[in-house]
Amino acid sequence: MEEYRLELKHVSKSFGEVQALENINFHLGQNEVVGLLGDNGAGKSTLIKIITGYHQPTSGEIYFNGKKVDHLTVPKARELGLETVYQERALAELQTLWRNIFLGRELTTWMGFLDIQRMRDETYRLMTESMGFTSRAVNPDSLVGKYSGGEKQGVAIVRALFFNADIVVLDEPTMGLSLKESAKLISFVNGIKQAGKSAIFIDHNILHVYNVADRVVVIDRGRVAGEFQTKNIGLNELMDKMVRVAETGRLS
Amino acid sequence: MNSQNKARLPEITQHYKPPFNLRRFIRTNSAQLGILGVFVTLWIIFIVSAPKTFLAPHIYSAFMASTPFFAIMAIPLTIVVIAKEIDLSFPSIMAMGMVSFNYTYGATTFIHNTTIQVFLAIVAALVTGAIIGWLNGFIIVKFGIPSLVVTIGTQFLWSGADLVLTQGANFSLEYIKQTFFYNLFVGTIGPYFPMQMFWLIVVTILGWILLNRHRFGAHVYLIGDNINSAELMGINTGRVRIQAFMLVGVVSAFAGILASFYVAYFWPNVGGGYLLQTLASVFLGGTSVFGGTGTILGTFLGAFIIGAIEAATVAVGLTGFWTNFIYGLIIVLSVIMHTYLRKRGE
Ligand SMILES: Nc1ncnc2c1ncn2[C@@H]1O[C@H](COP(=O)(O)OP(=O)(O)OP(=O)(O)O)[C@@H](O)[C@H]1O
Ligand SMILES: [Mg+2]
Repeated sequence: MEEYRLELKHVSKSFGEVQALENINFHLGQNEVVGLLGDNGAGKSTLIKIITGYHQPTSGEIYFNGKKVDHLTVPKARELGLETVYQERALAELQTLWRNIFLGRELTTWMGFLDIQRMRDETYRLMTESMGFTSRAVNPDSLVGKYSGGEKQGVAIVRALFFNADIVVLDEPTMGLSLKESAKLISFVNGIKQAGKSAIFIDHNILHVYNVADRVVVIDRGRVAGEFQTKNIGLNELMDKMVRVAETGRLS
Repeated sequence: MNSQNKARLPEITQHYKPPFNLRRFIRTNSAQLGILGVFVTLWIIFIVSAPKTFLAPHIYSAFMASTPFFAIMAIPLTIVVIAKEIDLSFPSIMAMGMVSFNYTYGATTFIHNTTIQVFLAIVAALVTGAIIGWLNGFIIVKFGIPSLVVTIGTQFLWSGADLVLTQGANFSLEYIKQTFFYNLFVGTIGPYFPMQMFWLIVVTILGWILLNRHRFGAHVYLIGDNINSAELMGINTGRVRIQAFMLVGVVSAFAGILASFYVAYFWPNVGGGYLLQTLASVFLGGTSVFGGTGTILGTFLGAFIIGAIEAATVAVGLTGFWTNFIYGLIIVLSVIMHTYLRKRGE
């Protein structure tokens, strides 16, 4: 059998009194896009922050390509090919665009000295080629805090896609985006799939999830309530299911 | 990891070179230009009101002799403040460094070579500074206690330890004059240029490079701006902050050496009186207490404004009683200016 690109076994996470995740079993296949659905506070963001190495699970195991990884950290997860668009965007608003694009993995020449020209060049290219920013206010040296909500989000998204990750994690990437931008993002995610890579996609818009995901995992109050393949189910049926989960905590 | 990232990137074909734009230049450097404006304005006021004093080289030599003792600490302190932390314990680190200095000198008399003894004593002082700085950072990061609280505590702790260890004794360090370290640290180049000014310039340049051209500095800005973002993106925020406190520690111990060497005398409270001047230099220079913004150059200019006011007050013909009043006036007005410039820049 082919190894999963990523797998969580019996993962639990509590924040003091709050049990955010309870005995989660989750996997992401090779070249698979998984959608995560669930109510506010269900534990979706906590789950992906465990995958990205930001949170350490209280118990349970994490596997990348079938290999167990102990003490996963953000840099380690990144080395394993994972990039993330966090729900909170993780930007530094008083800093320039180029510093935000390379936040936490600055390009350096030797001994940690910054390759500033290179980072500005790369940022400029990304802006013109990938972001499609039209505002004159957006350039490598402008401060991200001044951008519009959608532009800020564009920065977080482009930053994740730029580094050519094998696994892209997107936590509510379409929140606050215009219809046009959302459509662009959806085609981006489809592009990830076409390029042979994997993605985890969280969105409260069922239509978006339905359009990009091969498989949908439903999280409810910190547990996996169920999952299904999108090709086996119609959109109406999916909506009915989600209502049922909200009421009963179970998928079927 | 960096080489890996690079390898995945296609070749750059187009360089980003925006044409020079004066308005943008002014906007991005408003804090530094603002403090430069204050600096030049005060200077002109001084020259106009006391031309005899301020057109002679002697007064500048005096400024360059006394200002570096606190200005040099304001440089790493700027880095700490940009990371949205504060350190109030550096005066006690100045003293503790010198306590180590004295102990080491005393414990190595068997070497019978003053220069080697002084050298070892200097190393001991710097290491002591690094350790105390590390401890500050460690307590702040590990226990998550605000640095304001921790360093008020450690300031008392180490200035207390200093008094206990020295029993309040003060004594001459005349022997250092036999070594080349004396001239190296506090001698003069030519008739007017004090060596402590040279060391201030060295520390300023190193601080600037670290903050603006090195990954460490990039992470300092990011941590001060939004520590949560920095952590989500994998920056080791604890380690970077501890390193910043260690820089303050090492440089403060060095400042203690400079100040003690200058008078060739050891006072247990060598750092006393520098606390507010150093902090004022940082904030006068436009570094924000809210973190994420600030410049080394601003601090450098801020320190010389602070350093000049006392002498200038007297030279201009006011009594020394005016000094603090004028300090306060300039600090308050400059901080208001910086806040205004920041608001406009946003
Ligand atoms: N750092 C934290 N400390 C304490 N509790 C937390 C923390 N992070 C999340 N929680 C709690 O864990 C639970 C799950 O939160 P999480 O952010 O994972 O939900 P979510 O499914 O992403 O919700 P949403 O759709 O609103 O983003 C919530 O009850 C939340 O309050
Ligand atoms: Mg969430």
